[in-house]
Amino acid sequence: MYEKDGEKYFVVDAHTHFWDASPENWVRGQEKYAKGWIECFHAYQGLGPKETHWSIEDFMKYSEERMMKDLFDEGHVDVAIFQPTNLKQWYREGFNTTEADGALAERHPGKFVVNTTFDPREGDAGLAGLEERVGRWGCKGVKLYTAEWRGDSRGWSLKSDAADRYLAKCQELGIKNIHVHKGPTIWPLDKDAFDVSDVDHAATNFPELNFVVEHVGLPRIEDFCFMATQEPNVYAGLAVVVGGLMHARPRFFAKVMGELMFWLGEDKLIFGADYAIWEPRWQVEGFVDWQMPDDPEFSDYAQLTVAQKQKILGLNAARLYDLDIPAELQPKAEPTVEPIGVPS
Amino acid sequence: MTGALTAQTALHRAVWAALDSVLDPELDEPVTDLGFVAICSADRDGRVVVRLRLPTYFCAPNFAFLMVADADDAVRAVPGVSEVDIKLTDHFAADTINEGVAAGKGFVGSFQGEAVAELDSLRADFLRRAVLAGTDRVLRGLDRSTVELTTLTLGDLPRSPELDRLRDRRRLLGLPCSDGDPLLIDPADGSPVPAAGLRRHLGIARVTRVGQEANSGVCRGMLRARYREDEG
Repeated sequence: MYEKDGEKYFVVDAHTHFWDASPENWVRGQEKYAKGWIECFHAYQGLGPKETHWSIEDFMKYSEERMMKDLFDEGHVDVAIFQPTNLKQWYREGFNTTEADGALAERHPGKFVVNTTFDPREGDAGLAGLEERVGRWGCKGVKLYTAEWRGDSRGWSLKSDAADRYLAKCQELGIKNIHVHKGPTIWPLDKDAFDVSDVDHAATNFPELNFVVEHVGLPRIEDFCFMATQEPNVYAGLAVVVGGLMHARPRFFAKVMGELMFWLGEDKLIFGADYAIWEPRWQVEGFVDWQMPDDPEFSDYAQLTVAQKQKILGLNAARLYDLDIPAELQPKAEPTVEPIGVPS
Repeated sequence: MTGALTAQTALHRAVWAALDSVLDPELDEPVTDLGFVAICSADRDGRVVVRLRLPTYFCAPNFAFLMVADADDAVRAVPGVSEVDIKLTDHFAADTINEGVAAGKGFVGSFQGEAVAELDSLRADFLRRAVLAGTDRVLRGLDRSTVELTTLTLGDLPRSPELDRLRDRRRLLGLPCSDGDPLLIDPADGSPVPAAGLRRHLGIARVTRVGQEANSGVCRGMLRARYREDEG
């Protein structure tokens, strides 16, 4: 639990990874994609403070000890949620799989939540595999990457009938939280791959599931914000927003936070450090210390309160995942304030 | 000798100016300002070499294609250019895009089986976003307490580069863009924004601008990290 100025924060890092992108794990013939992927991630790390940058060698594969230290000993994280990304087309054993995450989680009881993933292009076999993983690891959430390559396919949409079957299966298996990550390639390539309208479609059809749109729909924040005002079960995952903007582009960070508070409100924002792209420590400390600039350019946006930061840093995710919150940190009953962006 | 060099320098300037007109359709900013032009050279015989680079290996191939194709068109139109060699570098689809643009195959022809249409509607979608973002930019300088926004026309606004840019984007979309036309319009069809929809329209214009500028910030930061420039 992080404490600053007499205030305590229960920190849930809702977006973490334990990956292996070392050359030994690259698929023969796919090396340029495997290398391109991890180098792209590494460039994102460049948006964090210089003293937190790793060498590319360290970044490709890191130890369990390092991860535990960076998250729990030094990073102020109380519970972290694994979000797997298979990418088996490029990485022999997968990039960051449910199995690798789950094995690590079992060695550290109480520290992690293990999410899994699915790919509707896997048909019936994929449905069976999903059920097996949920049974084995007790998953309450899935992380979906719609731009994942598979054979000649360059991605899939949540609007498809195949995706509907998988979401129905999730509901049946007790999965509550669907984390959606958009990427740059989806068929057909002439369409905007970052379009979030398929999330809108799925959120309407599955009102009992929560949809957490990772990196707040970046680069389509405007579409995401507008969609989220119409769908009560849509949440914003802040991975990349805090890590990618708070240090490198503080004024844009302030505006994005202002917009998210305006359109979605304090109950819908979910912190995630996106380790190992960025370490949680500077993000947690920085966010607790952060305040909306006192400048006319930001006059449309309100200041953030301690209670709001407590929700964003952990209490909101704890609610979605039914995590035990220390008694002293139970959210105080407050009058509900509707975000201004919600149309009446 | 000096004359030839001067002509070569003038050609180089003209090519750079042509590249200045090429926009990243998603960010609505010139590829030159964004740092996407890695190499631009012109020799005394009018042969031009341009190398474009992007913030990541996996930047969206559709936008990448538009930038390379637009750069190719813009440079070919410069008087005095005899030969053009434009290539995108360090990108997963670079070979497909470079070959497709050089052969004038279009997007569908370049990405056989992976695309069903050319990129005109994608480009128009992002121009409409640029109109919304641009609307917020020209509004920022106004004292809104004294202005009736729904009847405000383009001619009422003080001249500024932001206003020129907004008019240009509206013109490209075939939307009303003369002095007597309202500032606040629905970018889908050009209809004026009614008073009842004002608050929502202004909110969408603002968040569109914030999104566009935040993306631009991420892209610039990624490009710097990728090519290790401006460090320290």
